[in-house]
Amino acid sequence: MPRQELRGLKFLKMKKYILDLTVKESRRVHERYVLLRLTDEQKPLPEMLPGQFAEVRVDGSATTFLRRPISICNVDTKQNELWLLVAVVGDGTRWMATLKPGDKLNCVLPLGNGFTLPHPAQGDLQSVQGDLQSVQGDLQSPLLIGGGVGVAPLLYLGAQLKQNGIEPTFLLGARRNTDLLLLDEFSKYGRVLVTTEDGSAGEKGFVTQHSVLAEERFDSIMTCGPTPMMKAVARYAHEKNIYCEASLENLMACGLGACLCCVEKTKKGNLCVCKDGPVFNTEELLWLD
Amino acid sequence: MARLEVNIGGGLKLKNPVMTASGTFGYGLEFQDFVPLNELGGIIVKGTTLKPREGNDYPRMAETAMGMLNCVGLQNKGVDYFCEHIYPELKDIDTCWIVNVSGSSPEDYAECAARIDELENIPAIELNISCPNVHDGGMAFGVTCAGAESVVRAVRERYHKTLIVKLSPNVTDITEISRAVEASGADSVSLINTLMGMAVDIERRRRVLSIGTGGLSGPAIKPVALRMVWQVARSVKIPVIGLGGIMTAKDALEFLMCGASAVQIGTANFIDPSVTIKVRDGINDWLDSHNISSVSEIIGTIS
Repeated sequence: MPRQELRGLKFLKMKKYILDLTVKESRRVHERYVLLRLTDEQKPLPEMLPGQFAEVRVDGSATTFLRRPISICNVDTKQNELWLLVAVVGDGTRWMATLKPGDKLNCVLPLGNGFTLPHPAQGDLQSVQGDLQSVQGDLQSPLLIGGGVGVAPLLYLGAQLKQNGIEPTFLLGARRNTDLLLLDEFSKYGRVLVTTEDGSAGEKGFVTQHSVLAEERFDSIMTCGPTPMMKAVARYAHEKNIYCEASLENLMACGLGACLCCVEKTKKGNLCVCKDGPVFNTEELLWLD
Repeated sequence: MARLEVNIGGGLKLKNPVMTASGTFGYGLEFQDFVPLNELGGIIVKGTTLKPREGNDYPRMAETAMGMLNCVGLQNKGVDYFCEHIYPELKDIDTCWIVNVSGSSPEDYAECAARIDELENIPAIELNISCPNVHDGGMAFGVTCAGAESVVRAVRERYHKTLIVKLSPNVTDITEISRAVEASGADSVSLINTLMGMAVDIERRRRVLSIGTGGLSGPAIKPVALRMVWQVARSVKIPVIGLGGIMTAKDALEFLMCGASAVQIGTANFIDPSVTIKVRDGINDWLDSHNISSVSEIIGTIS
């Protein structure tokens, strides 16, 4: 069974919740980024997959009417914590950056499909386990390429891969060394490689220019970040015939596949980034034309 | 527990006055984790056309003050896909399923309606003659009496169940259109569809939406919707279904008092996916707390 369809199956089986989560910590990790550590004080957080997202209610003002889609950055089941990495870009995310420990944040989650994992880690996915195992053979050396706030879902993906006995390589890009986020967290789960546009950390240039791409062979690439970066990554993967998945962040309203606002043109027609994605096999997108 | 049943025309009764607005609730199934669908008065599934439509290009949405603009453009897989693949999933869920029907000619509308007429558990359709986001049809029919009449007459000949017609607010006098629709055989009218609007990106110095304009929805339009529902309810004898910016039970009660026999909840589903059931409960609680035994007692009570 093709991977895309397997992801569809997983998503369909996952129950979605509306939860009032409590802020445990709001850490300013950069002048433009805040890491929120959230918990449910009543019960364990629901099962979530890497690449899925939460629709966060913002109660700020008239101009923050819709929910904000935020990637799941990490889930710590021992601490019952959900991490959201928030880039401050407008009124809604600015409000989120002002949250303090004890404040509540209303979230609808988990939404979207998520990246392909080598094993179905959770019990209710057992019905597709056999199919999933048949595709895990080519997921032994994944490369996770991120830029900007797009690094967020790759942390949880790396954590899940590591838990499944696969050590990923992270390739993270930024303008300058001070823009690199959560490096200490990433290094817990795999090798971390870095590029900066000004050469202040790692190799100078864009992620697609890193020497590791020429020197090593990866069997899969998972990417999230600015669209031009992901398109360049998708082109590289296509040329090298490497399986590649990208997580998109089109502007959305409902997050549930109801309003059809966040569509991306694909070989199967217009698909909802919120429901059919946000993770797509890049060969299904119209990026290479 | 007050009696919540209402009549929405053509002999069709809903178990309560809370419905969902087309294009904001998918096919209902997307909301099953949040709402017991069989407890809603009715569910209007998204706009369906005779042939599949890809809709407009991205971007299709812009957030506005207390609302949003959209220009989705009736993306759907067509009526055949609905009948074969979606209907079997819905038909055994006990609510009033209504299909919103759109088209680019009266014949299109009629053919699509005739296909849905055959579906046993779809007791009504809502004719969309008010979509502001398509060039070929949609709102073009809903802004003149002659255009509205031509579509409603064509559909009425081929469709035998409850026929609701959804009206556009983008007109000079909505009461005129509502009377034309009533005279052409509609069993009820629903209003308002979105108000045509626009958003601008000052950094890029261009319009935000792919087709330039879009339909405004959300609480920003509620006062306009209330006024139009009140006007139309005094102009026609058929039931009126009110919608436009309803977020709470209080909002819904305002529409009922202005003459709506039922209400639809649209954009609010994006803010709180469980809002519909809260509005149903809130209406009941308000009636109980005011010792009103039936919701019908408050419909159209504002002069």
